[in-house]
Amino acid sequence: MDKNDQIQNMTETVAKFIKYFGKILPDDVQAKLKELSDAETSPMAKLTYETMFKNQELAKELDRPCCQDTGVIQFFARVGTKFPLIDELSKIFEEGVLLATEMAPLRHNSVQTFDEYNTGTNVGYRTPSIDFEIVPNSDELDVDIYMAGGGCTLPGKAMVLMPGAGYEAVTKFVLDQMTSYGLNACPPLLVGVGVATSVETAAMLSKKALMRKIGSRNPNEKAAMMELELERGINAIGLGPQGFSGENSVMGVHIENAARHPSTIGVAVNTGCWSHRRGNIVFHSDLSYTITSHKEAEL
Amino acid sequence: MKKVLTTPVSDEDLKDIHAGDVIYLNGHIVTCRDVAHRRLIEYGRELPVDVKGGAIFHAGPIVRKVADDKYEMVSVGPTTSMRMEKFEKDFIEQTGVKVIVGKGGMGQDTVDGCVEHKAIHCVFPAGNAVLAATEVEEIERAEWMDLGMPETLWLCRIKEFGPLVVSIDTHGENLFEKNKVLFNKRKDEQYEEIIKKVKFIK
Ligand code: SF4
Repeated sequence: MDKNDQIQNMTETVAKFIKYFGKILPDDVQAKLKELSDAETSPMAKLTYETMFKNQELAKELDRPCCQDTGVIQFFARVGTKFPLIDELSKIFEEGVLLATEMAPLRHNSVQTFDEYNTGTNVGYRTPSIDFEIVPNSDELDVDIYMAGGGCTLPGKAMVLMPGAGYEAVTKFVLDQMTSYGLNACPPLLVGVGVATSVETAAMLSKKALMRKIGSRNPNEKAAMMELELERGINAIGLGPQGFSGENSVMGVHIENAARHPSTIGVAVNTGCWSHRRGNIVFHSDLSYTITSHKEAEL
Repeated sequence: MKKVLTTPVSDEDLKDIHAGDVIYLNGHIVTCRDVAHRRLIEYGRELPVDVKGGAIFHAGPIVRKVADDKYEMVSVGPTTSMRMEKFEKDFIEQTGVKVIVGKGGMGQDTVDGCVEHKAIHCVFPAGNAVLAATEVEEIERAEWMDLGMPETLWLCRIKEFGPLVVSIDTHGENLFEKNKVLFNKRKDEQYEEIIKKVKFIK
């Protein structure tokens, strides 16, 4: 295959994969929703979960995006320095979004700021958002792709706390977002928390926390304990599916952290909704690929 | 047993419905959101669809044109009702609408409107856009198409449209407000529990 064909192929794979995970939720999310549904006792909460499952079946059957808000597409890529198409990647992601917008079809969700018009393509200035991490001596590309819907993006918040306020203030910061904005973000939520120095470092980590597999734990023991504590605590609030009230509130809480300046604690929270549409795909050096988020995926 | 209402809905139909109930709707519903509310209330323009005894849906759908003047519902989900809060009481009074469907709760003004003029607010569980679209049998008319696809008034004939969770009833009960008090109380309790365990800075 010559290089142009390779680029074309990979672009189509990216587009097909976006279309696919826009209608079918990842395996871990499906399993978690099932588990939460089984734990519900009130007819209203049970019925809400049943409605969700029915909708997911219909989306698959009718080949349509499962939620009308197909979000802004975001890429979080870990790219090996020896990956053959490293120079073309940004272009491939952008063209992939263009193609998926027609194929899926995706809703037009890219409004140019200041000029305030919708591009109608889901591509705009610095959108889709693409984040690269460089992996030395690797020839693979490992990328998480995510649909950031409006409703579940709204609870996002970041601030810098004084160390005197401690992790107690981090706790309050997260809990307060749950009962205010979180309620309308289509619970059960996946909650990402970033703990670092400044707003942008914490914010990026809080989003990357949402890319982790549900139930995975922070390698730091104390952070992992806090994840579980927040999970337990937020579940005890009992937001239930759609905030109608119920036995639980969240699919999980994930914390990602970095060392901080002695004088600050940067903290951020990001939420994913029940329709947590993210996919993980690994491209190998021969440009064959493995989808890790959806075992049954066929593109 | 499924509780199914059919438009036009009467005061009597709504008497025994309470916040927290689950209902379904037969008949017609028209999508109606931000700008349509503004046109009626702020600019005094008459709504081109008569919704007396009827239902409105705070939603911006994806529709597909299938023939001249003929459209099909592809995907439709509720949008946040709170954005319509400043207009809804007057909207209920002026149009005689009986069932308002959206996402999340609404405020005290809407509650007052619902009690005074006998109307209810319901929530269609969000994120279920394909299901909702399949419950639309036909788009019978489209008005104010100059507003663009999301804001156009799409008059839909519906069959067992739901589930709809009643959030505000004609007796003044407000499910989301009631829940909020409970949620905040539990949150404060959980905060006290968690902070005992996260004193990492010593
Ligand atoms: S919060 Fe999620 S499920 Fe709810 S409407 Fe937005 S994208 Fe859809």
